[in-house]
Amino acid sequence: MSATAPALKIREPSYINAAYTAKSWLLTTDHKRIGLLYMVAITFFFFVGGLAATVVRLELLTPQGDLVLPETYNKLFTVHGVIMVFFFLIPSIPTTLGNFLVPIMIGARDMAFPRLNLASWYIFMVGALFAIVALIGGGVDTGWTFYTPYSTGFSNTQVIPMAIGILIAGFSSIFTGLNIIITVHKMRAPGMTWFRLPLFIWSMYATSLIMVLATPVLAMTLVLIAVERTFHVGIFDPALGGDPLLFQHLFWFYSHPAVYIMILPGMAVVSELITCFSRKPIFGYKFIAFSSIAIAVFGFLVWGHHMFVSGQSIYSSLIFSSISFAVAIPSAIKVFNWTATLYKGSISWDTPMLYALGFIGLFTIGGLTGLFLATLPVDVHVTDTYFVVAHFHYIMVGSAVLAYLGGIHFWWPKISGRMYPEWWGKVSAITIFLGFNLTFFPQFIAGYQGMPRRYYAYAPEYQVMNVLSTAGASILAIGYVLPLIYLIWSMREGEVASDNPWGATGLEWQTESPPPTFNFAETPIVTAEPYQYNPDGTFTPQTTLSVRQIKKEVAA
Amino acid sequence: MTELHSTSVGPPVAHHFEDFEQEHEANMLGMWAFLATEVLFFGAVFVAFYIYRSAYADIFKEASRHLYMSIGAINTVVLLTSSLTVALAVHAGEHKARRLMVGLMVATLVLGLAFLGFKAFEYYLDYQEHLVPAFNFAWEGANPAQTQLFFVFYFIMTLVHALHMIIGISVLARMIWQARRGSYDQDSTAVELFGLYWHFVDIVWIFLFPTLYLLRQ
Ligand SMILES: [Cu+2]
Repeated sequence: MSATAPALKIREPSYINAAYTAKSWLLTTDHKRIGLLYMVAITFFFFVGGLAATVVRLELLTPQGDLVLPETYNKLFTVHGVIMVFFFLIPSIPTTLGNFLVPIMIGARDMAFPRLNLASWYIFMVGALFAIVALIGGGVDTGWTFYTPYSTGFSNTQVIPMAIGILIAGFSSIFTGLNIIITVHKMRAPGMTWFRLPLFIWSMYATSLIMVLATPVLAMTLVLIAVERTFHVGIFDPALGGDPLLFQHLFWFYSHPAVYIMILPGMAVVSELITCFSRKPIFGYKFIAFSSIAIAVFGFLVWGHHMFVSGQSIYSSLIFSSISFAVAIPSAIKVFNWTATLYKGSISWDTPMLYALGFIGLFTIGGLTGLFLATLPVDVHVTDTYFVVAHFHYIMVGSAVLAYLGGIHFWWPKISGRMYPEWWGKVSAITIFLGFNLTFFPQFIAGYQGMPRRYYAYAPEYQVMNVLSTAGASILAIGYVLPLIYLIWSMREGEVASDNPWGATGLEWQTESPPPTFNFAETPIVTAEPYQYNPDGTFTPQTTLSVRQIKKEVAA
Repeated sequence: MTELHSTSVGPPVAHHFEDFEQEHEANMLGMWAFLATEVLFFGAVFVAFYIYRSAYADIFKEASRHLYMSIGAINTVVLLTSSLTVALAVHAGEHKARRLMVGLMVATLVLGLAFLGFKAFEYYLDYQEHLVPAFNFAWEGANPAQTQLFFVFYFIMTLVHALHMIIGISVLARMIWQARRGSYDQDSTAVELFGLYWHFVDIVWIFLFPTLYLLRQ
């Protein structure tokens, strides 16, 4: 390994050891601590949403509805969807790894707006409180999509508190996105040009654009829902002159780009992992960078593919269908570039790499089945079946969660200063990959054969697939609980991590593990492109200099 | 933490910035990004309005004739004037003219309150004419449901706008108090940021006024 500058590492207390009181955590403006606050919150919600999914899977073990009442079943899948989408997946990588890494990777001392960053966490928690109140008050049965007129005129459940909760959480997501955008624009260290940015940053930047530009539309839509429901006036109600399709347009104008809020950060993580564990520079850096931006832009133009059977104009369906095909191109570019990076690389099979490779496999299946669904006639055939459920779980759970966990493992030594247990890490990665496929692949088949989604009972011929799926879900659950246990264990008992255990090139690896409060003892100067890995394990880090060193030399 | 550190030149800078220029640019870009969010927030309700406006063109025209164009026009003038005073306040702030700046900020505050006063009075008149959906809406003419839809949008759009005004006025009131103590003597970025926000709220009204009041012929 080539030497890193000792000047960047003057030992001062790490951000964890800077202070120990609860107040020092709850009032922190340190982006790293805020990232951990988010991590605690969304981990909680992940298991709440997972609990609901567990009951759903148990109910579907048999064709009859015998475990829960149909009303309860409706609430269970709604809770699962709402919590997983708005309180886990949307914030997952941007608020945790994004918060932790964006400033360090670009050589900044903090986010551009540290207090706004902390405020975003509190706003998120207030939104979460509303969601919990809605759950305790009886739950919601509209599905996570809140389709009108059911949600505004007929549902007797806690639609308003849940909508308010999502609205509030949306603002936290806007503030996180805004912070990342400004930080990337204005806080880069000397020498960190746009094309020296790690691809993680490019993807987080693209994600943030979507957060800032799509979330406000959802906010306004939820306001309109709340007004219609509270005052019984017709905005989307056809009986009062409203147009229910308008709701679907507004909702999907946010919610399709939201899919990219969930998957672009996963691509961000995987781009870092693949190149590091192949010991090769990333193949096609600029293609990957610009494909992130292209996904963000084209992602805004395809929402109508959720409405092919809604009765919208056939011509708009045709256009939405073709643009949906087009948006697959930048995603495919990424997959090809990752694959080309692997080619002739000296690959090592550490846990993060297993997660990253799993991501590529699941994302490919999820993405290709997305093309099935973008095809008008096929979509008409499989609309509202388990085929759709399987497709978006391959993207949102398979890909996004695998990337999140891969990223957590990769940066765990940086975050906690300790190594996770490698053997258990591999076990969890493989368990999750196998459990996931066993859970969701049978759903493709059941769905293609015609099993509709969102019913608590089903025709007996689908039982085999459902039993397989439920069996897979129990394996998946074990896979998800394992990291929770051993990562917490490793915070005290894990082997102490070195500053750069993977021999990685990014700035975050050139400072201490865990980093001091302001990330670097001195502002680093970026002297190299990212990902200069050599097959023999050596590499060129992105910085070997600091501003003060230069000043000293100039003075001398 | 917001401890400040001083650099060789210029006003003190928050710890995580290198110099004043970087901090200033970050703050300005931050406000622009926030306003982009706001454009999409209002954009959603404008799109919804115009979809119904084109579907129910005649009904919406008839409904629009029941709004008080005179009050809307007065408010437009009031708000445009407040945009002028806030722009001059920013200018005064850049030239370190504290007393002038405070005076112009107070003028902006008064104009903002005047706008809200007129708006509240107009709501009162709307109420007397039974035009408030869900509270006392009564419509003698044809198509009451679609007509009510117009007024639903009228109230949502103007109320969300008024909420932005109220937030702006509250922030401004606090800033006036700060400005009098000299908080912006060295660095008037905050006044500049407020100016951007206020102009934006103004521009929203510039779109609301023709959308709701003028499309009636
Ligand atoms: Cu979509």
